[in-house]
Amino acid sequence: MSIRRKDTLVFEKPPVIAAWAAVGGKREGEGPLASGFDLLVEDSAFRAENCPGWENAETLLQTKCAGLCLRKAGISADQVTLAFAGDLQAQCTASAYAMRGLGIPFAGLYGACSTMAEGLCLGAAFAGAGYSERTLVMTSSHFCAAERQFRTPLVYGGKRTPTAQWTATAAGACLLRPAGAAGVPVLSVTFGRVQDYGIRDINNMGAAMMPAAASTLLAYFHTFDAVPGDFDAVITGDLGVVGSELLRAQMAREGYDLFNHLDCGCLLYDRNRQDVQAGGSGPGCSASVLCSWILPQLRRGEWKRVLFLATGALMSQTTFLQGESIPGIAHAVELGTPKGEKNG
Amino acid sequence: MNYLWAFLVGGGICVVGQLLIDYTSLSPARILTGYVVAGVVLSAAGLYAPLADLAGAGASVPLLGFGHLLAQGVCRAVDETGLPGIFTGGLCAAAGGIAASLVFALLAALVGRSRDQS
Amino acid sequence: MKLDPKSYAKMVRRASPPSPVGKDCLWAFFVGGGICLAGEVLRQTYLTWYDAEMAGTLTSITLIFASAVATLLGWYQKLAAHAGAGTLVPITGFANSVVSPAIEFKTEGWVTGVGAHIFGIAGPVIAYGTLASWVWGALYWAMSKGG
Repeated sequence: MSIRRKDTLVFEKPPVIAAWAAVGGKREGEGPLASGFDLLVEDSAFRAENCPGWENAETLLQTKCAGLCLRKAGISADQVTLAFAGDLQAQCTASAYAMRGLGIPFAGLYGACSTMAEGLCLGAAFAGAGYSERTLVMTSSHFCAAERQFRTPLVYGGKRTPTAQWTATAAGACLLRPAGAAGVPVLSVTFGRVQDYGIRDINNMGAAMMPAAASTLLAYFHTFDAVPGDFDAVITGDLGVVGSELLRAQMAREGYDLFNHLDCGCLLYDRNRQDVQAGGSGPGCSASVLCSWILPQLRRGEWKRVLFLATGALMSQTTFLQGESIPGIAHAVELGTPKGEKNG
Repeated sequence: MNYLWAFLVGGGICVVGQLLIDYTSLSPARILTGYVVAGVVLSAAGLYAPLADLAGAGASVPLLGFGHLLAQGVCRAVDETGLPGIFTGGLCAAAGGIAASLVFALLAALVGRSRDQS
Repeated sequence: MKLDPKSYAKMVRRASPPSPVGKDCLWAFFVGGGICLAGEVLRQTYLTWYDAEMAGTLTSITLIFASAVATLLGWYQKLAAHAGAGTLVPITGFANSVVSPAIEFKTEGWVTGVGAHIFGIAGPVIAYGTLASWVWGALYWAMSKGG
């Protein structure tokens, strides 16, 4: 059962993330987290598999990621009782087509780059309530599919501004099980509220999403009278360098020294070596960092308690062109370390 | 000298575009559209022809030159055919560039494919 | 939250790294100037056989062809990532903006993909250029009647 405290669900018997997998592309494979990935694809177009387009390539990322996750869990697709999945494509087609192949009961999600946290919140709630025995949570993004949908054709010559972020070609998948199974426990989940502080620059998503991250973080801290030091790390989704700096400044104003803050957008790539401007983004960014780097450290017991706070920008190309500002959202997932299996 | 002026004027026109990108929130598409319209206006004001005489391709290759081409074309068509020329002159003068872009684009689409930037 | 949109806009401006204007302009100047220089070499060559107008048109067509090839091979995008306006403003940038959607949207079909998107970026340039020339033509006609 779980207890509702304001916007947070606290699990008395925490469900667990029993298995996970991360898949990345070429640039992710050249980044600092490469060794944590389960699969790195050199050709993001999957030409050897006769993949017809970028959207289909993203579906393949998800299919491979789901397959790896299920293999690590030692189960087959028909044993999965529910899947929450999402991506950036219009109508979430990358997930839908991946699920067409897997045949799992499927609820599609859209939370932009926050989708992994959104899925974990829902998946943990379902697992905690006993509604689903084996829940797959998965998100992806593909640089090329995002670029052609939201920006310009890939061979179009354009210069990126320093505040722009690079959409990750990556996918992450987690298998959630009810309390009792082995795995990394989900201690609580906090659903965020949409925040909009009037940012209109589509090339500065970190700035647009920061207030959402701060708002969810403050909601958690106020509800539980917690401080950043209660965690080994507070890890935001993809604020990038600009959004991260703004978040630390804002939290300082609120009276919290966010000394242990990390950001998936800054972790996935080496900004000095790789040309990614302000950092990575996309639902695949936070999902793959979670599954390649955060969860393994929790399982090994190197970290005891982490707040995973994925952020999303909820505009569309249409609302942007119509002059609307960019609303953001952030959901928080509190993760612990497995009980009684230290350094396992 | 022709070559030096072509380089300096052409480069200078691009620097103005770069300053617009860096200091304003104008998107590249707006800058291109602005350049063509500005080319028509500068040509109409009689300012662009002297620059084109001086810099040759340095003035005609940037998109300002495309606007100049449209403006020159419409004037000549009006001289030759009167009022209907306002409809035919601009695009007739620009036809070579537009048709070449379209034909080469379609041929490129025939043989090419989209590529990842990684 | 201790935050309001007005003060946040200020915070964001301070935190956002500015574009490296000096470096950007040098790139734009040398690449843009270089493309124009190449254009002038072509123009002078064509002038040996053709009149000024045809030499200009052939120069444009040659540059557009070169841009189409560079776009096809992915080189134009790589150069533009540094050159910015240096590759945007010359006619080669116009060609790139026509060729790149044609290649990109092949997967959506020749008519509904390639055909429909081919002017997705360059369309406004032609539309407003044509309108401006029409307005100027009308003025020119009126002036020639009046004068």
